[in-house]
Amino acid sequence: MLAEALSDQPLVDIRHVKHFYRKGGAADLLVLDDVNLQLRDNEIVGLLGRSGSGKSTLLRSIAGLLKPREGEILFQGQPIDGPAEGLSMVFQSFALFPWLTVQQNVELGLEAKRVPPEERRQRALAAIDLIGLDGFENAYPKELSGGMRQRVGLARALVVRPALLLMDEPFSALDVLTAETLRTDLLDLWCEGRMPIRSILMVTHNIEEAVLMCDRVLVFSSNPGRIAAEIRIDLPQPRNRQSPAFRALVEELYSLMTARALGAPAREGLFPGMGIGMVLPEVSTNSLAGLLETLQEAPHNGSAALNALSDDVGLDADELFPIADTLQLFRLVELEGNRIRLTTAGRRYAVSDVDARKQLFSQHLLSFVPLASHIRRVLDERPNHQAPARRFRDELEDYMSEDYADQTLKAVTNWGRYGEAFAYDEASDLFSLENPT
Amino acid sequence: MVLLQPQGRVSGPPTLGALGRAYLPNAFDVLAFCLIAGAAAMIAHGGHEMNRPLSALNATMSLDLAQLPGYAVLTTLRMFAALGASLIFTFVVATLAAKSRKAELVIVPMLDILQSVPVLGFLTFTITFFMDLFPARELGLECASIFAIFTAQAWNMTFSMYQSLRTLPPDLEEASQMFGLSAWRRFWRLDLPFAMPGLIWNMMMSMSGAWFFVVASEAITVRGQTVALPGIGSWLSLAIQRQNFQAVAWAVAAMIVVILLYDQLLFRPIVAWADKFRFELIASETQPTSWLYDALRRTRLFRRLRDAGEKLIRRLQALERPRAPRAPSFKLDPAVDRTLDKVWLSLVVAAAAFGAWQVFLYIQAHLHWSDVITAVGLGFLTLARVLVLIVLASLVWTPIGVWIGLRPALAERVQALAQILAAFPANVLFPFAVMAIVAFHLDPNIWLSPLMVLGTQWYILFNVIAGASALPGDLREAAKVYKVRSWAWWRDVALPGIFPYYVTGALTASGGSWNASIVAEVASWGKTQVQAAGLGAYIANATAAGDFPRVVTGVAVMSIFVIALNRTLWRPLYALAERRFRLN
Repeated sequence: MLAEALSDQPLVDIRHVKHFYRKGGAADLLVLDDVNLQLRDNEIVGLLGRSGSGKSTLLRSIAGLLKPREGEILFQGQPIDGPAEGLSMVFQSFALFPWLTVQQNVELGLEAKRVPPEERRQRALAAIDLIGLDGFENAYPKELSGGMRQRVGLARALVVRPALLLMDEPFSALDVLTAETLRTDLLDLWCEGRMPIRSILMVTHNIEEAVLMCDRVLVFSSNPGRIAAEIRIDLPQPRNRQSPAFRALVEELYSLMTARALGAPAREGLFPGMGIGMVLPEVSTNSLAGLLETLQEAPHNGSAALNALSDDVGLDADELFPIADTLQLFRLVELEGNRIRLTTAGRRYAVSDVDARKQLFSQHLLSFVPLASHIRRVLDERPNHQAPARRFRDELEDYMSEDYADQTLKAVTNWGRYGEAFAYDEASDLFSLENPT
Repeated sequence: MVLLQPQGRVSGPPTLGALGRAYLPNAFDVLAFCLIAGAAAMIAHGGHEMNRPLSALNATMSLDLAQLPGYAVLTTLRMFAALGASLIFTFVVATLAAKSRKAELVIVPMLDILQSVPVLGFLTFTITFFMDLFPARELGLECASIFAIFTAQAWNMTFSMYQSLRTLPPDLEEASQMFGLSAWRRFWRLDLPFAMPGLIWNMMMSMSGAWFFVVASEAITVRGQTVALPGIGSWLSLAIQRQNFQAVAWAVAAMIVVILLYDQLLFRPIVAWADKFRFELIASETQPTSWLYDALRRTRLFRRLRDAGEKLIRRLQALERPRAPRAPSFKLDPAVDRTLDKVWLSLVVAAAAFGAWQVFLYIQAHLHWSDVITAVGLGFLTLARVLVLIVLASLVWTPIGVWIGLRPALAERVQALAQILAAFPANVLFPFAVMAIVAFHLDPNIWLSPLMVLGTQWYILFNVIAGASALPGDLREAAKVYKVRSWAWWRDVALPGIFPYYVTGALTASGGSWNASIVAEVASWGKTQVQAAGLGAYIANATAAGDFPRVVTGVAVMSIFVIALNRTLWRPLYALAERRFRLN
């Protein structure tokens, strides 16, 4: 153990990893581009990025669940090929087996390793005890609250004595208070060295969580996924969320997350893909309008810091970013670093009545969202002003996965309906120019 | 594919008493012991019976009432033997289909067809095969009968398991992978438990469906000679032959008793036990209950058994191959893999073409093409019957079902009754229809038809009830607040709400009716036989006459009809229900 700790060999060594999303025939979509990363002993490293930035893909590649097309991943000097001994994972959805009791769930990994029953029982009980679950050994997961379930997930991951613990957004399915308790408990165990692990790698999209827990944060840019920045966090544990140093780090990370990927064309860099191949988030027009109104009103008066706005409207960064990005795509706001500012059009929108808003929205939709203008153009050109949605879905699938194509088309359909730029009938799956009267 | 979900019954959670701590056996232990010992004795008796030579058979069959319980046991054993075979078939074939893309290409369409094909028609072939396998032994006939029952049970079970395996929660799959579960261990820890609720429900459906086949498969005419295996089916056909009304009534009573017994003693406890495998992370309000399961849970014996069962599962799990030092996983280049798929697919297509050619040659050698045209014409007659009857049954049962479904206390009781009615083999009632038709000089073409839905209409009823019970309370309240009444209420509230459930019920009822037509279009009472013109009668007559070419033609034509109806009517309706009317 000591020799290992002193040796120079990193725990995980990721070299030039590239990942593609395979689409039948057409050019493959680059998901991860040339990722290099080394994990050492005794650190908690956070992977921070927007959804779709490939951070989960990277985590699953280290776990051996996915195989990158290019590059290699070494774990303790050995190339990873399938789930390796010494690695375990905590899932966002807990991934507990509902038909097994807490104890049976915890014993699962030991069973697979053929640990003899008595030792298995002892180790499981010890892990259950460590993680604060004693008394619940015979409960089924459905009898437990979310926080208790994730504790089972943690105990199950720790009982196999992994060198590296992988965590995939472990607290994002929990309510705020429960998540905070679990974070603190985990940090306590970590700082007191009571867990048999050497390092933790966690994926998160919660900026404060990253600053609170990690020794090092890697910020991923999307389109394609790259490591855009690395921030070292040297604040001593336990960290105080209100301290100026903490706030400064949060703000810095906010700025980094809004920064465009280097070399990407202005404005288009926020969403993966270009032109009509841009992957768009399903953001409701109510959220868009709500954010514009909040920005317009006091105390913001047209301009705000993102982290302050996030606190003000009660949205997490991962909920706020898609709304802000969409507004930026519509040229209704401008994002710069950690600041968001209303444009002239955005101001006009915020003070207009319903009809004027719709008109403005429609203009901007058709001018700045390539897919929307494409749909409108096709409808205008056709004599009957109708076009099957299938056609656009197929077109999108040349650029992105089926799920993304579906999501993108749904987003544009809703925006188009709101702005009355075009109509869509679900039963016949047709776009048309006629709005029902 | 029909995937019915078990109807939960409203009740409190089973209470766990502080019983059974004492070392003396408690009352429940005695109860459990009697049940188990009784079952063992009956199985021993049945096993002895089955091994007799064939010559001893016909002499023993009698309508002596004292024999009936024994016959009932034998019939039940046959059904469970077939169920066991179906389970093994399901585990192997469904797993294969879910894990291997190449196997899936072939297995899934085949299951889809086998599910909707009247396998009753094939009885003649399989009997000859099994008789030759065990010449002059009763065992040959037994196997043939069990095989016939198996063909009625296996397909929907396999399909259910396959669908479960295809919808495994991805995070659990990842967790199994992460913790290094071998494929064998994974089957016991993930695949099987996840598939369990659907599988058990389909086992119950299979048992119900199998009664039809029991009645038809125990007394068989083969090579011009009628052989009867001791069992309820043979008793019934003997009773019909001798026009013994009382004996028919006794057979009906025996069946009801058997159905009630295995429902209460076996399936209810299993359903109550399997509730823990339901994939949900929130404890539901309604839990299926079983008095026997609750009683058993209090016995020390049961706990011993459970521990033994858990040990057995662990032993089974440990049967995996010793862990090899991690070999580099061999993955084919996707392009090569796709090419292999194509090669495999063309092999399958070639085999299918060869098969079709063989059928063509066979029919051509033995039949004239006009026979096929006759069969198709008759097929349309049966199709008309099926459609009209489904419409009629829907008109009757939909309003009744909705009315019942909106009254939870009533719904619970009617649900249980409807499930038993669905299990009851309607063919034992056919003699009564024959008597009525003869007595009143009715047209069999019309009056034999209702027999086809006699057993299957209940699927419509209990699905509609389930749909109406599931109507969200706030929707019903909103309808009340806005005074949506009469026709508007049906159009906007009730019918859309129950639509997905109704489609499931009607689809099941329609499939069952086709199968039933083989027995329903020809019915007899003693020497009196009445017939309706239709594809079912065509197959039944050809089977009775041992006319293989016509049986093949009839079954093939009926399969095509059933599949065409599924593809053109039921599947689109199903898709529509999924898309538009699913209440979440």
